[in-house]
Amino acid sequence: MGAQLREYKRRIRSVTATKKITRAMEMIAASRIIKAQRRVAATSPYADELTRAVAAVGQGSDVKHPLTTAAERPRRAAVLLITSDRGLAGGYSANAIKAGEALTAQLEAEGKEVDTYVVGRKGVAYYAFRERPVSESWTGFTDNPTYADAKTVAAPLIEAVQRETEEGGVDELHIIYTEFVSMMTQTPRRRRLLPASFGAEAEQAAESPVGVPPQDPAEATDTTRRRGEVLPLYEFEPSAEQVLDALLPRYVESRIYNALLQAAASKHAATRRAMKSATDNAEELIRSLTRAANTARQAEITQEISEIVGGASALADASATGSER
Amino acid sequence: MAELHVELVAADRRVWSGEASLVVARTTAGDIGIMPGHQPLLAVMQSGAVIIRTAGESGQGTVVVAVHGGFLSYTDGKLSLLTEIAELSDEIDVERAERALEQARAEADADAERRADVRLRAAAAAR
Repeated sequence: MGAQLREYKRRIRSVTATKKITRAMEMIAASRIIKAQRRVAATSPYADELTRAVAAVGQGSDVKHPLTTAAERPRRAAVLLITSDRGLAGGYSANAIKAGEALTAQLEAEGKEVDTYVVGRKGVAYYAFRERPVSESWTGFTDNPTYADAKTVAAPLIEAVQRETEEGGVDELHIIYTEFVSMMTQTPRRRRLLPASFGAEAEQAAESPVGVPPQDPAEATDTTRRRGEVLPLYEFEPSAEQVLDALLPRYVESRIYNALLQAAASKHAATRRAMKSATDNAEELIRSLTRAANTARQAEITQEISEIVGGASALADASATGSER
Repeated sequence: MAELHVELVAADRRVWSGEASLVVARTTAGDIGIMPGHQPLLAVMQSGAVIIRTAGESGQGTVVVAVHGGFLSYTDGKLSLLTEIAELSDEIDVERAERALEQARAEADADAERRADVRLRAAAAAR
């Protein structure tokens, strides 16, 4: 076997091995998407009811509370960026980080200081490489977040919201995560968690100014989508304020939990797609390598034949001249 | 008799839903019983057993659930109980809860002790 042919064979073997790996990863990701989606669906009753309750308190009482009332002059905002721990998911983390950068720039242009909180090793690495400060970061659970994880993430954020701005507290809380739209589409979303927005007036306040990427319509929170709905006048026990105090952490936790789960589902979907195209590329490569190997083999055979024919005719010539003598 | 629709949801799943004639829960201001036609209410629950007297489609009976904090909201014949952790009394492993209680007492872990205690009380109420 010629050197060239051997080289092609070797490459085909190596690409085939890679293809097996990417195919396996694709399958694993595909099965995880379903599981992650189911978990998102399982949390939605809780999140919906909680949002309703928050909306009810927000509309049914005129209590001043960081949960529902925007600060007159918001000076500091917290941004929670959700990325993944692992790569091999195409532009998944990069897109989320980009959306985070856009939001940070926008908030800074509005004259607010931005505290960044990061979930996922990819996001942490991005900020560490650029030597930019991160208030707090968490890693290790992005593939399979639990409610307890959401609580750990939410705790410092809630604490920051409740602190006075002068003492380093924040007035706003934004969250960037990747929404799972479908198997094929996952879009980075930005959402303002606090102050929560209800009703038409608040909705305008929650909407971002012009000049922001077209993902904005999605920024409207779940509560604003129900703007037509008139909520009944509730009786609060023990009092509206205390109910709000108790609601605030649960609301933030459940929103973060939902975002983490969606992000996990999106990550798996992105992995699946990336691995699928890797598998397709490997197949393509194998095909062209096989062609090249065939050509090389054929060239070798042709060469051998012409060598044999050439050799035979040389021998025949030699014997013919010998017999003539 | 009128019925109220109950949705009992934990953070990660829907624990129980169905029709009921009376729901007794413990709020921060004391125990409260909710029957159909109650005024819209939003209350903070305390850890404890929630007793649901089922009726209508769900059949006559009692469902007891151990809840660990949360909220209840009632409007228009629909009662939502939101809680981070909820366990139906049938799901509670009494022996394990007892062990957990002892351990919590030994370690002076007030939270764990309360959780185990709530479980045991819910299991006892169901019997």
